[in-house]
Amino acid sequence: MSWQWFHRLGSPRWFYQKTSVWLPWLGTASLLLLAVGIAWGLGFAPEDFKQGNSYRIIYIHVPAAFLALAGYYIMAICGAIGLIWKMKLSFVVMRAAAPIGAALTFIALFTGAVWGKPTWGTYWVWDARITSMLILFFLYLGVMALSGAFAREQSGDKASALLALVGTVNIPIIYKSVDWWFTLHQPATLKLTEASTIDPSMFYPLITMIAGFYLFYAWVLTLHTRSLILQREWRTQWVRELLGQSAPAAKV
Amino acid sequence: MRVEPFDRANPDLSKRDSGSVKSVPPRVPGFYTLLRTEFTLAVRRRSDIVNPLLFFVTVLAMMPLGIGPEPEMLARMAAGLIWVMALLATLLSQESLFRGDYEDGSLEQLALQPQPLYFPVLAKVVVHWLVTGMPLALLSPLLGMMLNLGEAGYWPLFVSLALGTASLSLIGAVGAALTVALRRPGLLLALIIMPLYVPVLIFGTGAVQAALDGYGYGPQMAILGAILAAAAALAPLAAAGAIRISLEN
Repeated sequence: MSWQWFHRLGSPRWFYQKTSVWLPWLGTASLLLLAVGIAWGLGFAPEDFKQGNSYRIIYIHVPAAFLALAGYYIMAICGAIGLIWKMKLSFVVMRAAAPIGAALTFIALFTGAVWGKPTWGTYWVWDARITSMLILFFLYLGVMALSGAFAREQSGDKASALLALVGTVNIPIIYKSVDWWFTLHQPATLKLTEASTIDPSMFYPLITMIAGFYLFYAWVLTLHTRSLILQREWRTQWVRELLGQSAPAAKV
Repeated sequence: MRVEPFDRANPDLSKRDSGSVKSVPPRVPGFYTLLRTEFTLAVRRRSDIVNPLLFFVTVLAMMPLGIGPEPEMLARMAAGLIWVMALLATLLSQESLFRGDYEDGSLEQLALQPQPLYFPVLAKVVVHWLVTGMPLALLSPLLGMMLNLGEAGYWPLFVSLALGTASLSLIGAVGAALTVALRRPGLLLALIIMPLYVPVLIFGTGAVQAALDGYGYGPQMAILGAILAAAAALAPLAAAGAIRISLEN
């Protein structure tokens, strides 16, 4: 097998042109799955006998929390690829992933707080999992702040990639935190290896939502990456042609 | 000018004329030389040692003024307060870890050496810990007494701070290296490094709390030691990489 595809990925132009074809499919599929999942989860899934209707927030909360964690890995891996193979595009994806991941972490925290009020009687508890999610949020903000702090773009790329890699040290702790400092938060209900403790009638819409969130993430990440590519490559010929400018833009 | 590589096995000194000897940089300082140099420099700049300690003591003296002088409440909060203040004192002193060397160009010289940057970074961190973390740990039982910490907590507080601040210095070095090329890194450094300090803080205060509650604090110390071992192995590598990135800027 040749590595040509891998090296092609390094070209922002190739990525931009390819994704123009994928985007509509990604967008349609993710919106479709999200629509089905939301209608199913919020409208048709049975009520929880203990928590009533308030449990339904898991259809947003759980996928957002999944993606918030996975997004950090995606960001860190892109940063590592950029540092190792000096791939321009990889850094762009890393930069694009940071604000999306931060937004998802915020959604997970916010929906958790909204759910916590009727269930635990308080919006915020300093429990291990909530706290580590908050720390994940700070990690995202740190990467974003550092990438924007450098005048030279390449330095910001590399520095924030390194910080993202260092931050991955904390991710296993976030996962393990439930076992380490078990306090108020209930243990994870979704288990890959054992039978889950959630009823199938609630589980299938949740899986639909998770799949929908993953596709939505891919869609938004591609969109954001494309806009960052245009910003970075605005001097090149192909971007000018794309924007219908043959001559350089007005001199500032 | 081309400089002939020095052949240790077969030192032919006649080859090196006096003109080129002058332009050859001084012998690459080894780890211990660097350690001694850094330590001497740190000791001569008194304020670098005294300021974090003064900060530590002053802010802790503010605490009872802010939250009230009730001994029971202070006793419950003492371990956490002392730990958080030690963390802040370490963090604030970390900003200048590579700054002087970056500004006068010696960091670049260190990076140009044929040997890995790991050891110079480690030397700097060890000295930083000796002049900040260690004094903080030594001072902590006194502050514990002032904040009405139970006597059972003195020893674990000292040991956990001694182990923990070493990890904090190592982890913070990565942040200091990442931000050394920036003009005003203060708040940014805190933002990027604070989240990484969390495990150390949790197990450090955990050890003291366990001792106060009458339990053994061995496991927490073991984890603190493990964090220190991992940080000593990995953090200087990351910091070395970060220094090279900063020097490119």
